[in-house]
Amino acid sequence: MSEQVIRNGAPVADSWVVVDEGALPAGDVLVPAARWLEERDTLAARPGRVGVVLTGDDDPADLAADLASIPVIALAFPKFADGRCYSHARVLREHLGYTGELRAIGEILRDQAFYLHRCGIDTFVLREDQDAASFVKGLEDFSVKYQPAADEAQPLWRRVRR
Amino acid sequence: MYRYDDYDQQIVRERVDQFRDQVRRRLGGELTEDEFRPLRLQNGLYLQRHAYMLRVAIPYGLLSSDQVRKLAHIAREYDRGYGHITTRQNIQYNWPELARVPDLLDELADVEMHAIQTSGNCIRNITADPLAGVAPDEIEDPRPYCEIMRQWSTFHPEFAYLPRKFKVAFTGAENDRAAVAYHDIGVRLVRNDAGEVGCRILVGGGLGRTPIIGEVIQEWLPKRDLLSYCEAIVRVYNLHGDRKNKYRARIKILVKQLGIDAFRAQVDEEWARIRDTGLALTDAEIERVAAYFTPPAWRPEAEVDDGRTAERAAQDPAFERWLRRNTMKHRAPGYRVVMLSLKSKHRPPGDVTDAQLDGIADMADRWSLGRIRTTHDQNMVLTDVAENDLFALWQQAAELQVATPNIGTLTDLICCPGLDFCALANAGSIGIAKQVTERFDDLDYLYDLGDLKLKMSGCINACGHHHVGHIGILGINKNDAEYYQIMLGGSEADDASLGKWLGPAIPKADLVDAVSRLVSHYLAVRDSDSERFLDTYRRVGPKPFKEAVYV
Repeated sequence: MSEQVIRNGAPVADSWVVVDEGALPAGDVLVPAARWLEERDTLAARPGRVGVVLTGDDDPADLAADLASIPVIALAFPKFADGRCYSHARVLREHLGYTGELRAIGEILRDQAFYLHRCGIDTFVLREDQDAASFVKGLEDFSVKYQPAADEAQPLWRRVRR
Repeated sequence: MYRYDDYDQQIVRERVDQFRDQVRRRLGGELTEDEFRPLRLQNGLYLQRHAYMLRVAIPYGLLSSDQVRKLAHIAREYDRGYGHITTRQNIQYNWPELARVPDLLDELADVEMHAIQTSGNCIRNITADPLAGVAPDEIEDPRPYCEIMRQWSTFHPEFAYLPRKFKVAFTGAENDRAAVAYHDIGVRLVRNDAGEVGCRILVGGGLGRTPIIGEVIQEWLPKRDLLSYCEAIVRVYNLHGDRKNKYRARIKILVKQLGIDAFRAQVDEEWARIRDTGLALTDAEIERVAAYFTPPAWRPEAEVDDGRTAERAAQDPAFERWLRRNTMKHRAPGYRVVMLSLKSKHRPPGDVTDAQLDGIADMADRWSLGRIRTTHDQNMVLTDVAENDLFALWQQAAELQVATPNIGTLTDLICCPGLDFCALANAGSIGIAKQVTERFDDLDYLYDLGDLKLKMSGCINACGHHHVGHIGILGINKNDAEYYQIMLGGSEADDASLGKWLGPAIPKADLVDAVSRLVSHYLAVRDSDSERFLDTYRRVGPKPFKEAVYV
């Protein structure tokens, strides 16, 4: 099934392919963190860019030393109710200083867009049958942000006079 | 009390818009019930046995009279004329129609109320000592910290999909009236050796299927670190809590598995990274919020006893009983705290009608500075009543049927909604509550039994907190019939303990007789009138009680 990709609030063409195991096709690929850690030298030598898929079970700190050379990290949401990657996103952005692309893949719904975005995720891979325009609208469900997160280092009370 | 500024008002309005759109998509078939479920659950909307149930947040149990009037209006216009006060100080409506819920929420927003995070696997509405700000045994009013945490937890982007629900309770008093040891995080304001007030943090308490008493993770945390420390706890939990089995998913299981020391080490590691970020509270911000909770203008003339209350009490035994049982000491001279009992023979425990809510709002305006509290025991409170006004107030409360003089007694019982509403229940808790209330309607006998907490759940999910009742009752299904198990010796107060099963389950028809035998045995063996049921049980153990029940 083809997918729709939204980056920075707009639909974009996308070249990344998730490959769990086996031979890698030409072009840009996203591989599991374990594979990347094992094969990073050979992966770096191949033509095409390589990004990493992180699941809730993985620890983002394992990538800490190499973050500058990873252009894309895909955070996997196998079920919308599995919220571990919200923490991973914030850890990557706020603790580890990751500045590359953070994308959400898997079961991500319009009603989570605002939260995902606040945690530092800038790219969203939607199913073909999802309403992309509605998802983009969801990014701005709220105009008030009480607490700090990846998008806002200060709580509301430090930002405005209350 | 806290009043919304433009930001607070804005976020609540935006929430109504968002939910209105979600309901539109559900009713239009764009969302399946499976997809809609987690969305409505983040907004307190459950699907029960017969209909949707909406749980409205009452942050730390504090209401203005205008808010109570709005709750009455909602009961009248959107429900069947009543609401139900919950053990977490919220109010539930049992019969709202889905299509009208957005309008209902809009009306709530008019009075600075909402249903945000009253269900779902997120940080829930925060509860507190119902006597905060007026209790004589208070070190510091916890409500400013509750409000600060309310704002921090509202739409927290990282913590909307936790492994399971997450409940926080606060007390600033020496005697715990908020059951903080049975919360995912419990906070007690305490003094350190230098006399400075800080936060003692407990973690991993809870009831449900696996009742556990919370453990101290920080003896004394500076107030400035309250948010960063809690964020560290919830992040560790979000990453490491069990997501495979919902019955092992609460933080209490993680804390037990790791042990408190290993859990603390993980929290401390995370805390070190975020302690000095924007999460750090400043004195100025604490003072800004605390300014909403400054003690009200208690009237100096109230200090002069005009003698009416004592005179009426001497003449009228019913008033005297109520005075003794349903009013409590206040920190200001000339004032009393008045408990309005929602436990009467007229309706299920915790239920309150639209007319009662309107009447309570009027009483608050007339006699108690326009403020009302809800309690963990499913009652309501007028906290600032001049002693000279008590007789007039009592007459009004009696007319409204909220003056049953039974606070803290056997008939001031807690029970879950049970089979009458809940799809999970095995037992009709409300029916049993009615039988108990009818059986123990002799006030002299009830008072002879003294302080006694009966808590009853209709299934093992323990919404009626049976593990922490002095007497706990659990409904089970045995061969398609309603049976009840009795447990004794639980407490949620400072002497926190979990009850122990007494013996085999008892058929419904015999349950109230069994409770009667239990309490008459207590009267027979207690060592004095002042030894509570719980203390007698702790002294003599289960054996004699078992013999009395299973004759």
